[in-house]
Amino acid sequence: MALLEIDQLAVSYNGNPVVSGLALQLEEGEIGCLLGASGCGKTTVLRAVAGFEPVRGGTIRLAGATVGAPGRSVPPEQRRVGMVFQDYALFPHLDIAANVGFGLGKMNRAGRAERVRAMLALVGLEAMAQRYPHELSGGQQQRAALARALAPSPQLILLDEPFSNLDAELREKLAQDVRAILKAAGTTALLVTHDQHEAFAMADRVGVMHAGQIRQWSTPYDLYHRPMDRFVADFIGEGAWLAAEVNEAGEVTTELGVLNGIRCAEDATTRQLDVLIRPDDLVHDDTSPQKARVLARAFRGAEFLYTLALPSGQRLLSLVASHHNHRVGEEIGIRLETDHLISFSRQ
Amino acid sequence: MKTKVLLSVLLSVGALAQAETVTVYSARNEQLIKPLFDAYTRETGVQVRFVTGTEGALLARLKAEGANSPADMLLTVDAGNLWLAANQGVLKPVKSAVLESNIPAHLRDPNGEWFGLSVRARTMFYNKVRVQPASLSSYEDLADPKWKGRLCLRTSKKVYNQSLVAMLIAQHGEQKTEQIVRGWVANLATAPFSDDTAMLKAVAAGQCEVGIANTYYYGRMIAKEPNLPVGIFWANQKAGGVHVNVSGAGVTRHARNEKGAIRLIEWLSSNKAQNLYADKNMEYPANPKIKADSIVAGWGSFKPNLINVAKAGELQAQATKLMDRAGYK
Amino acid sequence: MKPLISRGALYVLPVALLTLIPLAVVLASFLQPQPEIWEHLAEFVLPEVLRNTLWLVLGVGAGVLLLGALLGWLTAVCEFPGRRFFAWALMLPLAMPAYVLAFVMVGLLDYTGPVQTFLRESFGEADWFPRIRSTGGVVLTLTLALYPYVYLMAREAFLSQGRRALEAAQTLGLTRRQAFWRVALPMARPWLAGGTMLALMETLADFGTVAIFNFDTFTTAIYKSWLALFNLPAAAQLASLLVLFVFVLAWLEAKSRGARRFHGKGGQGARIVLYGWPRWAAFGLCLTVLLVAFVIPALQLLQWGIKVWAEEVDARYWGFVWHSLLLALLAALFVAAGALLLTHFVRRFPDSVTQWLSRIAVLGYAVPGTVLAVGVFIPIAWLDDQLIAVVNALGGAETEVLKGTLAVMLLALAARFMAVGVQPVEAAMQRITRNQEDAARSLGVTGRALLWRLHLPMLRGGILSALLLVFVETMKEMPITLMTRPFGWDTLAVRIFEMTSEGMWEQAALPSLGIVLAGLVPVVILIRQTEK
Repeated sequence: MALLEIDQLAVSYNGNPVVSGLALQLEEGEIGCLLGASGCGKTTVLRAVAGFEPVRGGTIRLAGATVGAPGRSVPPEQRRVGMVFQDYALFPHLDIAANVGFGLGKMNRAGRAERVRAMLALVGLEAMAQRYPHELSGGQQQRAALARALAPSPQLILLDEPFSNLDAELREKLAQDVRAILKAAGTTALLVTHDQHEAFAMADRVGVMHAGQIRQWSTPYDLYHRPMDRFVADFIGEGAWLAAEVNEAGEVTTELGVLNGIRCAEDATTRQLDVLIRPDDLVHDDTSPQKARVLARAFRGAEFLYTLALPSGQRLLSLVASHHNHRVGEEIGIRLETDHLISFSRQ
Repeated sequence: MKTKVLLSVLLSVGALAQAETVTVYSARNEQLIKPLFDAYTRETGVQVRFVTGTEGALLARLKAEGANSPADMLLTVDAGNLWLAANQGVLKPVKSAVLESNIPAHLRDPNGEWFGLSVRARTMFYNKVRVQPASLSSYEDLADPKWKGRLCLRTSKKVYNQSLVAMLIAQHGEQKTEQIVRGWVANLATAPFSDDTAMLKAVAAGQCEVGIANTYYYGRMIAKEPNLPVGIFWANQKAGGVHVNVSGAGVTRHARNEKGAIRLIEWLSSNKAQNLYADKNMEYPANPKIKADSIVAGWGSFKPNLINVAKAGELQAQATKLMDRAGYK
Repeated sequence: MKPLISRGALYVLPVALLTLIPLAVVLASFLQPQPEIWEHLAEFVLPEVLRNTLWLVLGVGAGVLLLGALLGWLTAVCEFPGRRFFAWALMLPLAMPAYVLAFVMVGLLDYTGPVQTFLRESFGEADWFPRIRSTGGVVLTLTLALYPYVYLMAREAFLSQGRRALEAAQTLGLTRRQAFWRVALPMARPWLAGGTMLALMETLADFGTVAIFNFDTFTTAIYKSWLALFNLPAAAQLASLLVLFVFVLAWLEAKSRGARRFHGKGGQGARIVLYGWPRWAAFGLCLTVLLVAFVIPALQLLQWGIKVWAEEVDARYWGFVWHSLLLALLAALFVAAGALLLTHFVRRFPDSVTQWLSRIAVLGYAVPGTVLAVGVFIPIAWLDDQLIAVVNALGGAETEVLKGTLAVMLLALAARFMAVGVQPVEAAMQRITRNQEDAARSLGVTGRALLWRLHLPMLRGGILSALLLVFVETMKEMPITLMTRPFGWDTLAVRIFEMTSEGMWEQAALPSLGIVLAGLVPVVILIRQTEK
């Protein structure tokens, strides 16, 4: 049984529907993520799960019990759901230890101290116990907020844009740290973010949200390689659409020849297709007869991301090891090396 | 111990002292009445419990308390306030031969609901350097254009001036009085003052030359600065007399200790108390058998206006409206 | 459909009733129409008092806002000679009753005062000297007496966010001056508005100060109707209009503030060190305000006090001091507790009924003191009648059970000063973010626990300000103390009343000094707290 089940969820904000018909399931111990541009309703879902927003339609079930449904709402404090806020919302009048111990009211003094110590150790802030929030760096505050949310052993923990206030470098490392902490604690978690790197680094399952709905709820790998619609395919990763046709033999042919690979998400009745070519699908090969002209290039350290033009004018992206240093305007040899074919009926 | 004290103040103590007690609501100030009450207690053993306040608030309090008022007696200043208290039904008529013999008829309520205990005269004061006393005559004369730019007055919001104008209405009728007041306003040297002392100082400094004030303010000022060039002039000696007002007392309608209150008022009107009562504030005793304090007597004797002071209360609202119309601030 | 009463409203109601009942008594005056008096007032009184009151509100409002915000900015954010001293010293005028300041100002600057006398003696004439008994004089005096409300609140706002906000704005290319006007000042808005609102309510309800200037305002018209025209209902009707005006003012402020939030993030930037002429201008301004609003009147009081010391001071004085302190302390605690509850429940239950009720609960401050005292006393006397009937049926012979007790005084003072308590607490509440509350809730801390564990500790600064303000206000308060105090239970303010009502200002100097001295203690405590 899933720990968190959301079914046909609808939530309004100031009378305007923000989320509608949203569904997802999260197994115990899993880390889920809602990924979407700002304003897509992802934070609203989080607040509804926490119990801060009333549910207008559908249900939210936690460990089998309905906690949110129209006219029926278990108060936040009884849901055993922890939350880490975007601004951390630490209490400035309490030191870090007291912040972490804030939700442990029912424990005795010794138990509380022990739990606080354990949580601070988990997030690596033992030395900061007596400091006040404003004396901590952003990353430390973030971990303190996580420790505070984890301390009462919630069955689910929610993280609202947990790394958005941190610099990019710190972000990735902290995302891995937080994942490790959550996994170590065995806690189920749901986070929201607009950053796919963060989502991929943290989550077991990611839902791409658009206009108040989840377009696809699956593993990061599947999102990238098996997007279920054009929106998800466009939203996740990079790539370019290449026109293709299905021939008599059922092969997919393009101006770069026949494409191999597992075909998915395609309407069997149509012959006119668009195929998504990821930058890693297009390999640079000096021996290849197929040439393309370099239109632009972006240096990414280990790699170059080349924007290429085929003779027909069709543009493609290619990721190439950075010792292959080609100038703009140069013609280079390319070869397709597809594994999964992401193709949709031509529009 | 401390909690006990606190508790007893927080919640009514209830139990009064064993001795007989008279409870007084007083608009006359603590420093003027406490020595008297102390003397009364020494002489008779009767405790006097009192609380001071402003006239209007004390009256509102008496009315709100109704039958459950702890007050036995109301002591207040100005006939206007005494008249109003009687008119609002918080006082009780008293028949007392002692009071009727001690207090002249024009200084007490015709129904016996209140009795004047001290007399305050409101007369004219002039700058000795600039004004010949011979040029002064009456309140009415101050409206004459010859005083243009030479007159100072206290605000019309003070009850003393409302009483003065009320008495003018009693004598001259409303129309003529309004002309007089308009004349005053036209003659003002500067905006009306908030109190008599400030007004008298302006006369002394020459900002203006003549003004109207209660004599005890003059007495207090002269006591501190004997050389101030301010002289006292008894107004309206040819006709009408000096405007006098009273402070006085009455028994409350729901007095628990009515007899005690009457005895206290009688005592206050007696030879022993009258000087103590009046002299402390440089006023005149209401009891004509008693001589005023020597400083006060030194200002000379005067003919008072003999119209019953209750008239001042009766006509006070009318007088106020009249002053509003005349633009007297 | 809106429910008539909400859960939040039920919680707020006990505090709101303290004000609602007296206000209802005042409003009940409309049951007795007074057309004749109104006709007179409308023709001869109201046109002028409305004009005067308007000028007073505009003048004092602008004055306290400007002076309070400027001084608050200088001491909270800038660095100049004497800054640490002025930071607390500029709060001292709070302890100086406005009517004392008014008397000293008029005494010194009027025609007969030493300044003009000196000028006349030296130069023969001083007709050019501005008249102190004028609209300008009243505005100046009330501004000097009331700016500390704005100063106190502005300082707190600037201390918590000023320097950081300024730096942020400067990084966006604003000059310091632009940053002050466009960022720091707007960010401090709830605090500035709160302080100004307090000053305006006190201005509107003031009688003592304007009486010394013989300046006719709406409130003097109320007293005239009551005491000179013997018409308490008409006076109460006028007072209701005053309350209505303040209510509309508060409503407009809240509405224009709208959905904006002012959650500041803590953090300290560096102080702006002033150089050159601004350095000495800041010093000069602080010094001048301190001299005029506090030092000179205090010296005058001291001079009078020494003169009358021997004849005035006796053992009873300790009683007056003790009563004043006890009353002020209890009232401060009582009102601060009420303000905390009110603010807490309004935050927890943001429905409109609760909001409106809480806004009404602070209107007592806009009612002229004596009118409110009567409004409080009438229902208490009624309640007492019922209690007395019970007690006497059981064999007692009481005339008062509640009346004349400290408990009643506290209820009445709470009705008057709830606004003074609520403003700083509410301003502090602006700093608690929704996320912080949600975090507490998700950690299982709700309801009463939220009050104890989050609101109370986080509002500490605001509560402390509320305690100080109510303490000092209670020390100065006259009408309610006069009307509801137990027999023989005189305070310093009662002493001042006894003396000043007979024009004996010199004798009033000692109790005034007592109030000033007692007011220093909380001022110093408060500054210690905010200076950290």
